[in-house]
Amino acid sequence: MRVLIALALMLAALPLRAEEVVLGLSKNQISINTTFDGSEILLFGAIKRDRAIPDGELGVIVAIAGPSQAVNVRRKERRFGIWVNVDAVEVDAAPSFYAVATSGPLADLLTEVEDLRHRISIPRAIRSVGAPTSVSDAQTFTEAVIRIRKANGAYKIEEGAVDLAEETLFQTQIELPANLTEGAYATRIFLTREGQVVSRYETVIDVRKVGMERWLFALSREQPILYGLMSLAIAIAAGWGASAAFRLLRQG
Amino acid sequence: MQIYLPIAEVSVNAFLLLGLGGMVGVLSGMFGVGGGFLMTPLLFFIGIPPAVAVATEANQIVASSFSGVLAHFRRKTVDFRMGTVLLIGGLVGAAMGVVVFNYLKSQGQVDLLVKLCYVVFLGIIGGMMFIESLRAIRKSRAGNPVPTRKKHSWIHKLPFKMRFRTSGLYISVIPPLIVGVLVGVLAAIMGVGGGFIMVPAMIYLLGMPTKVVVGTSLFQIIFVTAFTTMLHATTNFTVDVVLAVLLLVGGVLGAQVGTVIGTKMKAEQLRIWLAIMVLAVCFKLALDLLIMPGELYSIGAAAGH
Repeated sequence: MRVLIALALMLAALPLRAEEVVLGLSKNQISINTTFDGSEILLFGAIKRDRAIPDGELGVIVAIAGPSQAVNVRRKERRFGIWVNVDAVEVDAAPSFYAVATSGPLADLLTEVEDLRHRISIPRAIRSVGAPTSVSDAQTFTEAVIRIRKANGAYKIEEGAVDLAEETLFQTQIELPANLTEGAYATRIFLTREGQVVSRYETVIDVRKVGMERWLFALSREQPILYGLMSLAIAIAAGWGASAAFRLLRQG
Repeated sequence: MQIYLPIAEVSVNAFLLLGLGGMVGVLSGMFGVGGGFLMTPLLFFIGIPPAVAVATEANQIVASSFSGVLAHFRRKTVDFRMGTVLLIGGLVGAAMGVVVFNYLKSQGQVDLLVKLCYVVFLGIIGGMMFIESLRAIRKSRAGNPVPTRKKHSWIHKLPFKMRFRTSGLYISVIPPLIVGVLVGVLAAIMGVGGGFIMVPAMIYLLGMPTKVVVGTSLFQIIFVTAFTTMLHATTNFTVDVVLAVLLLVGGVLGAQVGTVIGTKMKAEQLRIWLAIMVLAVCFKLALDLLIMPGELYSIGAAAGH
């Protein structure tokens, strides 16, 4: 029975396989060194098919998500004349970075149901479950996360940024900001027809510190006492050195 | 030139950091304040995460104070005895402050209380200093020499008296110890060296001569901030050594310039400028609390993760 269901599902899925995404990345690893000032990723790919181009509007959606963290969102209210944090809602998972690039308006390329299933648009990429009963409008807290992170460039949606040629070749460029967090950046490419996802491709871009950045970061976590003493020694040496240099300068 | 900070995890302009360090360093050398109460908010403003800013600032204050105190050693304007008494109080206070800080953090109100502390203390001290210096300047303008303050108040009736030769004082160790503890607590809570509170307290409460106040407060600040740096580095991992180096290169040079300017200015003038600066920071912080913020929501790290 189970085999039959599986076969039936596979048969049902077959038409979806008619079109498939093939992808290339300009780089799949980003190294953060001392002079790191943001990066740019070039994604290019093609749509593979084994038959004539089907009808219906074709769309390509690229989504890159940084590592997710739980965040605490607080709201200020006026109490005794001053603005004080009153309500707080914990958002269970919000990516540190999230960029979506599409070949056209997202609303035309993707139905609500498909967005909900694949968590593509920014509001869907953030997960929030429980809110304290004292807060009746928990949704506004999630909206605030999106608003604040959009304002500082951590979240962005660029509709029409994907160039699609002859319904076969596509390419786009995604800029990564200077304040990247270390981790695995999940990169997803969706191919849609008439608002339905017909193919998806997933890969990971690895963002990590290298060289001195990595060494200092590792030392601060693994040998915090040594790291603290080193920071103090550097501070005192610099303080003494500058003082001596300045005295020589004035005498000379 | 952009530079990526390994602990803060942001990229900032290196020259901006050098410039900020230099500017605050000049003030530090002139007034004997660590400059933390100006630098910490400035670091928030350029996008450094608050926890990293507070911890790194402690490390940077060690450097700028060390450079400043060397200049004072040579001019023999450090009262080591008084400095040591203040330091003992300071270390006790800093440890207490960290406990208070962690409690407030768990309550989610640490930002507000830090800001309220700033407004209250800066307001009281700035106001007192401003009025006092205006009075002193008016008196010296009128031609009369400024009378030396030799008031015999309740402070002189306390036990455990000790002679502080450099300051020319014979007073009980209780008031300087209490000042030290208070400064230590505030230093740990507010993430500053505490010079802006200690300097006026030494002048008005302990009656120390202005000339030795700056060197002595720098002496105490070095050890208290070094202690705070170690606490942050080992518990929160938020000391960014690259950020600290950039700030302190600018800072130590600025401090040297500031010390030279400080010795050329009259004590009353020095005090009135410090008072104006303290009041300006206080006013700005009070406005932030009173005016409706542009963004009512803020994102913080979730507790227990």
